[in-house]
Amino acid sequence: MSFLSRRKLITGGLATAAGASGLAVAARLASQYGLIPPDHGGIYGPGETLTYAAQRILTRHSMAREFPRSLISKTPFANGRPLQQENYLRSQAAGFADWRLQVDGMVARPVSFSLADLRKFPLRSQITHLACEEGWSFIAEWTGVPLSDLLDAAGPRPDAKFVASYSMEKDASDSIDMADALHPQTLVTYGINGGDLPVGHGGPLRLRVPRQLGYKSLKYLTRLTVTDDLKKLGRDLSNPSPEYAWYAGI
Amino acid sequence: MAISAVAPATTTGPRHTAVVRVTHWVTALCFLALLVTGVEIVISHPRFYWGETGNIHTQALFQIPIPASRHSVPTGYGFVLPDQNGWSRHLHFQAAWGVVLTGLLYFVYGLTTRHFAGNRVPRGVGLGRDLVAHLRFRRPGPADAWSYNPVQRMTYLLVIFVLFPLMIWTGLAMSPAFVSAFPAAVSVFGGQQSARTIHFFLTIVLFGFLLVHVGMVWLAGFRYRMRAMVTGRAASIQEHS
Repeated sequence: MSFLSRRKLITGGLATAAGASGLAVAARLASQYGLIPPDHGGIYGPGETLTYAAQRILTRHSMAREFPRSLISKTPFANGRPLQQENYLRSQAAGFADWRLQVDGMVARPVSFSLADLRKFPLRSQITHLACEEGWSFIAEWTGVPLSDLLDAAGPRPDAKFVASYSMEKDASDSIDMADALHPQTLVTYGINGGDLPVGHGGPLRLRVPRQLGYKSLKYLTRLTVTDDLKKLGRDLSNPSPEYAWYAGI
Repeated sequence: MAISAVAPATTTGPRHTAVVRVTHWVTALCFLALLVTGVEIVISHPRFYWGETGNIHTQALFQIPIPASRHSVPTGYGFVLPDQNGWSRHLHFQAAWGVVLTGLLYFVYGLTTRHFAGNRVPRGVGLGRDLVAHLRFRRPGPADAWSYNPVQRMTYLLVIFVLFPLMIWTGLAMSPAFVSAFPAAVSVFGGQQSARTIHFFLTIVLFGFLLVHVGMVWLAGFRYRMRAMVTGRAASIQEHS
């Protein structure tokens, strides 16, 4: 190819312009349909955005696999050391009688539930797989209340986009989108394999998001905040542990 | 000297088209990124299992005798390696998208041009003879500079149509969200941990291919072959002999 012909220049220019405007249209549509994750910036943003967008299109209403009782792991592995914080130990000593789960933010009626309040909701059980980003996994039966029931009780505003979750553990917080927050398998769990949720598994309350990796199932749950913008929440919850992807459906 | 079963069809025009060259190097770059980050991710839990589940309380299928980057894994070593999972996971999935998108471009190109039919599907006789020539490390002749022999064609077919798709598939089979929409994608392997183990073995096979591929390029004349894959120009027969 010794020279660039005028025809090539024109077709190339037109193709570039079409590609650029195509991308702009795609970006606007993706934003409108909630296909852009909060951590879309940075050098790994393109990969995160492609994964999130592709999976939101494919999996918006799909159900995590559930298993027969015979596949429940004999020894579910509890990652990390049990929480040793003073305020947690005090609550534990009192049998978690003072434990509260607060639901606030963009809701009509902010509410606060005790563990006894939560047990009054119709319970839901599911036998699902929990996979850690490290590579190990186990199957357990989780028991609790669908997160959507708790949100319904508080009346989330229709323009809500995320639910942020806070833990008793210092500086531990996270967030999920409404597709996962309203998903029927997303539970606020208080039981595992027929018993109370042990400390190692995040007892007394743990969020359970079975369509994402284990790190999105926040332990020692104390507060849920509904919002349309994670940046409004004081701390940047769009990337709570910056080394990991916000969306962990992989 | 092994005589190729396929005579050089043409010796004019580029040896490799621009699409083939670009997709080759983008894939090569992504594969290296996937390899390095994949090793890094494995270090956080160098145990492998079969079936749906596996953790340190269950029997491992096998364990790689290396130290781990997490305290929770008993490795027998008295120390824990630095945890590099953060950037490794980000780069792994971004590079995986690179392979998938480049692969799609390559498939469309291969199907709409004569690339698959002309350069990939084995033609003619001589598979056995070429295999023997390969195993004896015979240097390829000038005719091979313009075409592929049946052993090469079979190998490339295997890598492009079997190993890479299986790699992507077993990777997706580990995704809790993807398998919620397509549960059969993981159940055919017998579970999420089986998919992880197969993903690991496929890595070894593809790494083996990389070593042999680079070794063969070296034997065949590194400069000529690299030039052909970078600029598209191949050595003329006179130049080569």
